[in-house]
Amino acid sequence: MLDLLWLIPALPLAGFLIILVFGRLLGEPKAGHLATAMVAGSFVVAAGVFFDLLNNPEEERHHVQSLFSWVPVGSLKVDLAFLADPLSITMVLFVTGIGSLIHLYATGYMHGDPKFSKFFLYLNLFVFSMLMLVMGENLLVTFLGWEGVGTCSYFLISFWHTRESAATAGKKAFVTNRVGDWGVMMGMFLAFGAAGTLSYEGINHAAEEGIISGVTATAIALMLFIGACGKSAQLPLYIWLPDAMEGPTPVSALIHAATMVTAGVFLMTRVNPVIEVAYDWAPTLIAIVGVATAFFAATIAVAQNDIKKVLAYSTVSQLGFMFLAVGSGAYVAAIFHMVTHAFFKALLFLGSGSVIHGMHHEQDMRKMGALRLLMPITAFTFIIGWLAIAGVPPFAGFWSKDEILLYAFAKSPILYVVGMITALLTAYYMTRQVIMVFFGEARWHDQSEEHGAHGDFKPHESPAAMWIPLVVLAGLSVVGGAMQLPFSKDLHFLEKWLHPVVEFGEAKIKGTWAYDNKYVLLGIAVVVALSGIAASVLVYGKKKVAAIEPKVLADGWHYDSAISNFMGGPGRKSFDAVAWTDRVVVDGAVNGVGRVVRTAGSYVRRAQTGAVRNYAAGIGLGVVALLVWFFLRGVVL
Amino acid sequence: MELGVFVIAAAMVIVGAVGVILRPNPVHAALSLVLTLFGVAVHFVALEAHFLAAVQVIVYAGAIVVLFLFVIMLLGVDRTEDITIEPFKVQRPMALVVGVGVIGLVTAAVSSSRDAIGRGNGLEIPTVTGDNDSNVRQIARSVFGDYVVAFELTSVLLVVAVVGTVMLTRRIKSGKGES
Amino acid sequence: MSLLAAATPTTTWYLVLGAVLFGIGAVGVLVRRNPLVMFMCIELMLNAVNLSFVALAKRLGDIGGQTTVFFVMVVAAAEVVVGLGIIVSIMRRRPGATADDIAQLKG
Repeated sequence: MLDLLWLIPALPLAGFLIILVFGRLLGEPKAGHLATAMVAGSFVVAAGVFFDLLNNPEEERHHVQSLFSWVPVGSLKVDLAFLADPLSITMVLFVTGIGSLIHLYATGYMHGDPKFSKFFLYLNLFVFSMLMLVMGENLLVTFLGWEGVGTCSYFLISFWHTRESAATAGKKAFVTNRVGDWGVMMGMFLAFGAAGTLSYEGINHAAEEGIISGVTATAIALMLFIGACGKSAQLPLYIWLPDAMEGPTPVSALIHAATMVTAGVFLMTRVNPVIEVAYDWAPTLIAIVGVATAFFAATIAVAQNDIKKVLAYSTVSQLGFMFLAVGSGAYVAAIFHMVTHAFFKALLFLGSGSVIHGMHHEQDMRKMGALRLLMPITAFTFIIGWLAIAGVPPFAGFWSKDEILLYAFAKSPILYVVGMITALLTAYYMTRQVIMVFFGEARWHDQSEEHGAHGDFKPHESPAAMWIPLVVLAGLSVVGGAMQLPFSKDLHFLEKWLHPVVEFGEAKIKGTWAYDNKYVLLGIAVVVALSGIAASVLVYGKKKVAAIEPKVLADGWHYDSAISNFMGGPGRKSFDAVAWTDRVVVDGAVNGVGRVVRTAGSYVRRAQTGAVRNYAAGIGLGVVALLVWFFLRGVVL
Repeated sequence: MELGVFVIAAAMVIVGAVGVILRPNPVHAALSLVLTLFGVAVHFVALEAHFLAAVQVIVYAGAIVVLFLFVIMLLGVDRTEDITIEPFKVQRPMALVVGVGVIGLVTAAVSSSRDAIGRGNGLEIPTVTGDNDSNVRQIARSVFGDYVVAFELTSVLLVVAVVGTVMLTRRIKSGKGES
Repeated sequence: MSLLAAATPTTTWYLVLGAVLFGIGAVGVLVRRNPLVMFMCIELMLNAVNLSFVALAKRLGDIGGQTTVFFVMVVAAAEVVVGLGIIVSIMRRRPGATADDIAQLKG
């Protein structure tokens, strides 16, 4: 099965090409089924590769399949090659697995949309790009996928492009991503310059051997981190993710919860040796940015009223946790949280999509309520997702979040405290969302006139194509924690699996206070989660305490408007200054040369009097000069 | 005796030359030119270039200066030119520099190689080639011998010059104006 | 008398005389504005060269110098013909013109 590695990205690519040519012919729902089948096929192949790798002993779980020599230019030799190792296969499994579930969901959600086939066209292209990203054997193939997912994200966010907000959101996402891409490119240039190769094996090997160290390693790590901030929506480049909710919900689930946004975390994990040999403040910086983003986004989520926006900020917050893990050297915990987050966040998004679908495209939570009776499956699965993200044992989110906070405490108790507060807020706002949507009184009666001539407006459960994926994901959210339970080393399946990839960079916390007292920390985490839930129930359920939703939080700390003001004000001034410099200084210099020549010419032209006698005088002077020269050269005396 | 001849002839040459450049009236200048040419012819004789002396008088003084006078009379440019004014202020100093430079430098060059040229073997200037033929014979042998091609070419040159001049000075009646 | 008889003109004297004549001719060309007089000064320069050639021919014992003078005279004659022809053509159109008036090449 390892030889069929290339089939994994090839299937979605084939799907893309077939729908590109025959999309209109296939129409709904065949285009959707084809796309789903392609991604499911990739999943099957990936599973096969996974078992093949498992059969090999630990040291040999590293298989490279090179398709062809892509860039043989001088000393730069880059192949289009795929790498099958524990990390990439883990990523491939959940990308294709969750991807196929979402494709299935989308066949139901996008029912009736005139651009049905186009949607699956983009979705397949996206899966292809994401697979290139995670399976790349070198930075260039990864970058190809990186750009590809950014482009597909743009296509998909602005899918309903006739709506101006959607088109703007797509542009915003693309431009912000591009800023991050600069970081990746700089990282690539530096890596090539320092290690002479772009392949991960080469770069990591160079880091482990000490060829790359100190300043170079720090520079590479931070440049790639800038790219990760863009793609994974960390401060200060997170702004595109909330706006990206303009896209259809399956897009939000697939791209902005489970897959694309995790690319940054993946990249950091891939080059963990480089981060390890960089200066100590580099991973600390990553951890600080991560936890700051987590806290920042959590505060904003508390005050959001759009069902998807809450989940968007929640995603930003959870990604912040993942970077906190990366910065603390807890790569296994980061991947663990990435996988569990993919399960429950996709579940939550798909669930919200189901709610929106059932509410006839109403997204404001203030107009929902008591939906658990009318949409039981959606409600049940959503609640499971809620418990997972809030960090309630034994659901998946609890174990992964706890692992991260353990390593965070080992790095610095302050990081732990901020992380804990964020976990509290996470429990709080997610409970708020659940209560507002599924419990309380039904507030949708009043809006019945607004949603078309349905007669008696009544929210309804979604079709099977939509709730089957919900159920599957709910199941995974329940048992997902089993990958890495902290009770005993024997249960650390994920850690043993990922060991060869992260062993160089993984922090060793055995013997720290945190490790010795990890059950204490476990207990604190449980208490915090439950108190968050309880507080929210008090405020929103029982309405005993007034809700605190200040406007500044609802506006996202005025971050977006600050950027616009900066760009419009000082930003514009500096742009104008640069343009002025170009016009006056650079062009001026070039034109100035011309002007100097012309002026000099106008002086020299005075010698052209036209009078023969002057010219003759010139000749005479020349003769005298020649005579002088000959005389001086050596007249024999 | 040779010294006397030299001095007198040299005086004729210099006076005539200065006269050419200083006389405002062109006719007077032409006559000064004749004086110079005559002085040069005397020098030619002293240098035993008898043929050339004859040719100098006949061609230069006899034909060329006459031609000059023809043209002066034809065009009526015998009005005197005012030599006190000079439109280009820089011209006279430049001319001075050129004149002094040329004279001074050549003199210096010539005198510094005096031993190679001048004094040599005493007071005598050797005769040409030790050849006992007359000067005309010697020149004839040279022109029609070593330099016969140049000779033919000069005849072509003369024809071309004449034809060219006739063409140049045509009056074209078609109203196109004169060249 | 013996001093006078003793100082025989050497080649150097002739060459210096030629240089002086050349210099005077050059100054004349640059200073005079009447085209015909300018031409005459050019003839002075040519004569100076002829004189130098003949002096050196005598000194070096080579008849080639005199042959050269022969050709110089021929060419000078031809040159005068053409030159005067040109002057005639120009002066016919603008009587009283000087060398300075022909300034079409002014830049």
